[in-house]
Amino acid sequence: MSSATTTATTTISTVGPPSRRNTELALLVFAVVIPCFAYANVGLALSDEMPSGMLGYGVGLGLLAGVGHLVVRKFAPYADPLLLPLATLLNGLGLVLIWRLDQSERLARTAKFQGFTFQASAPNQLLFSAIAIALFVAVLVFLKDHRILQRYTYISMVVALILLVAPIFFPGKNGAKIWIVIPGLGSIQPGEFAKIILAVFFAGYLMVKRDALALASRRFMGLYLPRGRDLGPIIVVWVLSLLILVFETDLGTSLLFFGMFVVMLYVATERTSWIVFGLLMSAGGAAVVGTFEPHVHVRVMAWLHPFDVFTTGQGTEQIAQSLFAFGSGGVFGTGWGQGHSDLISFAANSDFIFATVGEELGLAGTMAMLLVYGLIVERGVRTALAARDPFGKLLAVGLSAAFAIQVFVVAGGVMGLIPMTGMTMPFLAQGGSSVIANWALIAILMKISDTARRPAPAPAPSPDAEMTQVVRP
Amino acid sequence: MNKPLRRIAIFCGLLVLALLVRDNWVQFVQADELKNHKKNRRVQIATYSKPRGDIIVDGQRITGSTKTDSIDFKYKRTYKNGPMWAPVTSYASQVFGSRGIEALEDKILTGEDDRLFFNRTIDMVTGKGKKGGDVVTTLNAKAQEAAFKGLGDKKGAVAALDPRTGKILALASTPSYDPSKIAGSSKEDEKEWKRLLADKDKAMLNRALQESYPPGSTFKLVTASAALENGLYSGIDEPTKSPLPYYLPDTNKQPLNNEGDIPCKNATLREALRVSCNTVFGKISADLGNKKMKEEAEKFGFNDPKVDTPTRAAESKYPKDNRPQNAMAGIGQASNTATPLQMAMVTSAIANNGKLMQPYMVDKLRAPNLNVIEQTEPKEYSRPLSSSNAQKLQDMMETVVEKGTGTMAQIDGVKVGGKTGTAQHGENNKANPYAWFVSYAKTDKGSPVAVACVIESSDTLRDDIAGGKLAAPVAKAVMEAVLKTAK
Repeated sequence: MSSATTTATTTISTVGPPSRRNTELALLVFAVVIPCFAYANVGLALSDEMPSGMLGYGVGLGLLAGVGHLVVRKFAPYADPLLLPLATLLNGLGLVLIWRLDQSERLARTAKFQGFTFQASAPNQLLFSAIAIALFVAVLVFLKDHRILQRYTYISMVVALILLVAPIFFPGKNGAKIWIVIPGLGSIQPGEFAKIILAVFFAGYLMVKRDALALASRRFMGLYLPRGRDLGPIIVVWVLSLLILVFETDLGTSLLFFGMFVVMLYVATERTSWIVFGLLMSAGGAAVVGTFEPHVHVRVMAWLHPFDVFTTGQGTEQIAQSLFAFGSGGVFGTGWGQGHSDLISFAANSDFIFATVGEELGLAGTMAMLLVYGLIVERGVRTALAARDPFGKLLAVGLSAAFAIQVFVVAGGVMGLIPMTGMTMPFLAQGGSSVIANWALIAILMKISDTARRPAPAPAPSPDAEMTQVVRP
Repeated sequence: MNKPLRRIAIFCGLLVLALLVRDNWVQFVQADELKNHKKNRRVQIATYSKPRGDIIVDGQRITGSTKTDSIDFKYKRTYKNGPMWAPVTSYASQVFGSRGIEALEDKILTGEDDRLFFNRTIDMVTGKGKKGGDVVTTLNAKAQEAAFKGLGDKKGAVAALDPRTGKILALASTPSYDPSKIAGSSKEDEKEWKRLLADKDKAMLNRALQESYPPGSTFKLVTASAALENGLYSGIDEPTKSPLPYYLPDTNKQPLNNEGDIPCKNATLREALRVSCNTVFGKISADLGNKKMKEEAEKFGFNDPKVDTPTRAAESKYPKDNRPQNAMAGIGQASNTATPLQMAMVTSAIANNGKLMQPYMVDKLRAPNLNVIEQTEPKEYSRPLSSSNAQKLQDMMETVVEKGTGTMAQIDGVKVGGKTGTAQHGENNKANPYAWFVSYAKTDKGSPVAVACVIESSDTLRDDIAGGKLAAPVAKAVMEAVLKTAK
């Protein structure tokens, strides 16, 4: 028995991987400089001069990124080096996109025509981004270990339920009830936060129940069928997501939660049958609701026949306008500030912000943007793979899958791949709840990856080893 | 747990891949379709982002562009003397699309045409804004004015051609509309547009090109051509052996009546055309049969759905039909229909000694720097009749003007040939008939003008209507205008 072999085979080494903090810093420089160039570009295209807010914007974004980086260096030194720069890049570009749409004379005139004042959204969004970074910092500083979250499994469930149910009691906006309105302060979109809290609950719950769910099953036609009583939780979540769909008429959120749950269930139990059940149930539920729920039905029809609105005059022309924006962008796009994506008019800087990317940055820019999202998801799943505890694995994969599904649902919606839902593109779209929640999501993923990549503490001196110590002369 | 994790990674990758594929589909495969979709406002925004090129008549611009304060459309189309030129220009509207030359030559007018690429590049380098090219038409401003004024507040249309080349000299239609008033995007424009759509008199209809009427007795020119071309008679002064009364073939002695008591029994072709005998020409059509009549009509341009000037004319029809109907069609009734342009083509073929030239109204397309990008060359459409037969018909038509139904069209010192027509229509022929007049003028340099005029309805008493009285003065004025400018 040599001690050398033991050291070589062990996965937990004291040397550990490099922290990669300098890589992160270098990438962050790009993540700040690229949006600054974009900002200058918009200004030059729209008014032939450098935008006056240029310095403030650059410094602001740089500061946020810098603070984030320093905190990561101190509190999560082994965290994944890509997540922070990628999120910063998207957040920065999102701010430029929102600012660019603020400059739209057309949107201003439409707003005036409809009798309300047009407000620039970019300053608020910058404020929200700052709050989001603050939350990001808070998570990194105060969440010493992600496993602490496991203690709050059932509290999470209650909080998530409250957040999900609450919007029913508030007036809906434009057909979807997904907001909690606080008079005087504004409104928040609880779905964005519920996403994270539910992931915590699912991870905690599944970690405990995974064996029961995985092992007690019958084999039928190559599939492991779960026992009737074990079907309980999935049916509860399914019903819940359908209820959200019916009462809040929010296709996106219900799809997101159900999808996240099925993914986590599958990872926890390693049973493919759950995927099959999940797909069947969501397809069935979606078909029924899509047929009978008028608001959802309208969206499905608008997706199937986007150009019918011009002949029948019924429904919304947003989808058609969005497709026009993408098509008019072509391969290379019109360039920053030179498109007409503001023709989408309503929700141009929130739900449909990706259409502006499509028109002004073209196929090339849009694909790059999608790949950035893809990279974030990939880093998230990699974190799940690297995590050493099942709770961390489940939480990381749940959050990553939720992020992926959200990107798919939103981008797919504006590109006409699937029916439009009321969700927003993470980091890009205007909206405080979204940007804050997504920064928190990134913070949790980074914390998990920090724990996963952190070298194990040096093993305590083994008493056995001491006993067999050769007595030196 | 790592195996399912890897699968989930693949699943997330597939989601992103699906988005990438869809993105390529939308932004690459379908891009052109979406970019040029007719409801994509970017098309109009681009069209009106700079002054449009102009449509030119006799060296004068009949269109223009003015700056507006709209966000989407910086410039608006304007028209000089819009109602008069509407059949030529049609309209280019920020909201309601465009038609006619404005639509067909849109790429030149906006400067997007590939042939303007060099110009565009130069302009870009020299820092000038992109400009549109001009469309130079063949029209004759004086003739157009004569036609438009001649029609006045009556409903009708005039088409005038240069028989030697096929150049369209006048194209008037009344009642007309002012395309300037629907060019913008204001409330007034919309109101005017709605009014025009609901208009009972169909002011937006281009009657000279796109309305087909029963040609009535003017069609007898085609029937006479068919008779001569098929050798039914050897000369125009040979008796036609036609009976009076004449009964339609295959009917129970249903007579074909003449207008009034005119000397049609056994009349010569010249005489039959002079007084416009229905019996003689009905019999000729019946004797020749539907096939031969149809062939001759088609040589003149009937049954051709694609007479493009470049604005497409409605199809004039001489259909396959049974014997009595074919006899009626031979005098321009039954299901026989013709556009004013078509009858001008018939007249021009006769005036041009049997050679029919393709009618056109775009002479050339011009780059902003006045370089000619495309010049239309006169093209032969067909030869409906031999030169000698054409001269015989000219002889007959000149007799009509000299001492027949068309005396109103006489011009001092110029040889004029013409033919009147009064076409019945409506149920039991109750509606006011259409008054037709077709004519040409001839100088020693050939015939510079052939014109067809139709007046749709009038408050004039029914029996007073004869092409000679209503339409001939309009045709005459157009001919005079052309003769004057030709000098």
